[in-house]
Amino acid sequence: MPLRVALVAGLAAMVGTSLAQTSTEEGIAQYREALQGGNPAELWEARGEDLWKQPAGPSKTSLERCDLGLGPGMVKGAYAQLPRYFADADRVMDLETRLVWCRVKLQGMSEADAKKNPFGAGNDHKSDLEALVAYVTSESRGVKMNVPLAHPKEREMYALGQRMFFYRGGTHDFACATCHGDTGKRIRLQDLPNLTTIEGAQKAYTTWPAYRVSQGELRSFEWRLNDCFRQQRFPELAYTSDAAIALTTFLARNANGAAYDGPAIKR
Amino acid sequence: MQSVSSMARAAVAMLTLSTAVLLVAGCAAPAAPEQQNVDAKAAEVLKSSFVERGQAKLDRLDQDETQRLCTQAGTKMPAKDVAEKIEKLNLAAIPWPADGKYLGDWKNGEKIAQEGRGKQYSDDPQGPVGGNCYACHQLTKEEVSFGTIGPSLYNFGKLRGYTADMQKYAYGKVFNAEAYAACTNMPRFGQHGILSEQQIKDVVALLMDPNSPVNK
Repeated sequence: MPLRVALVAGLAAMVGTSLAQTSTEEGIAQYREALQGGNPAELWEARGEDLWKQPAGPSKTSLERCDLGLGPGMVKGAYAQLPRYFADADRVMDLETRLVWCRVKLQGMSEADAKKNPFGAGNDHKSDLEALVAYVTSESRGVKMNVPLAHPKEREMYALGQRMFFYRGGTHDFACATCHGDTGKRIRLQDLPNLTTIEGAQKAYTTWPAYRVSQGELRSFEWRLNDCFRQQRFPELAYTSDAAIALTTFLARNANGAAYDGPAIKR
Repeated sequence: MQSVSSMARAAVAMLTLSTAVLLVAGCAAPAAPEQQNVDAKAAEVLKSSFVERGQAKLDRLDQDETQRLCTQAGTKMPAKDVAEKIEKLNLAAIPWPADGKYLGDWKNGEKIAQEGRGKQYSDDPQGPVGGNCYACHQLTKEEVSFGTIGPSLYNFGKLRGYTADMQKYAYGKVFNAEAYAACTNMPRFGQHGILSEQQIKDVVALLMDPNSPVNK
């Protein structure tokens, strides 16, 4: 093929490609807009509020005295300042780790019982933890993210999370950064936030937890991390593990300054 | 766009506040001792934070030389000498097909490109293992559900020419992409035993066969 003809053919192919991409992106935007009408996350929020206020566990105590960082019983705005260091546990904790802590310390549950069923699976296997997460996070809606890095252990967790974000491993060489290190990328039709930028971290972090239409479930942030690692071909991320807390600290801190806007609704 | 790397550096620097001498060294040298400590601690915490499940055992957290060097590079591309080292060791590791043939069946290649299952702990170890090419690449006009992490491969062979050299390059790239682009996002499908030699030939046919929809 003469060079000129080859160039024209190549250009035509490129124009075709960009047209196809534009219509695909418009379709995705329309779908996302159509979702915003109503958010079933409210059902999880309401159940979570009941669970928070009802006496439960061997101690027959409610969680109303649970200290989420702003003092016992202070729920409003607490999620926007998590993860953080808790002196009573001498550990940096994300919301889910702290909820488990309160169920053990206040309600007298064993740690195994307090952690049981972290991610729900339909009406027969509802997760109390995801409901509690929905309630607590909803009480920070509109509050600016303000995750502290005052304590040395908070700074250590942030630094560890940052390193883990770039840690490559497994059969596919994937790191978090493989999918979340560039701006404007998609996997199949799903937009991927660039979590190495402030804007990307803010937009992503402030919209988790979320009701996932494709699953009919409200999903917590630890679920999000857990399922990312599954697709990364890693082993399973343990619930309330230090790696989960470190990565959450890294992402939550990077979202500082943005108004929390969850629980959201997503595909 | 504001980068978080400055924040990350600040956090790492703050870790060393107790040792003022190290703090100065930390600002000056990219591979300061405290950074290595953070790397070691991160690997240790990872090991204690995962549990094996299904086919995904804990050894998946063990890094080979390429993964280790690319992790160190972080967001930035590795230094030129490191990149050359990675590409050289990966190129040397490619066992080229004994029959000298690179083209299989593009129809089967399309199935492999569509298949997203394989190697996850949620996957049946006896079940299908695909390349999931569409997750990151545009390939054919017909499939509109494609990702953009990698470049569009539409008209791959048509634009580059259906030469033997290009067939061999495509085979090597799918087998071990690190041989051509250090710290690429693309998995090493042959190197890590994700796809078999025949499956890779089928994917190469999808890219390089003039009758493949990729080249229509």
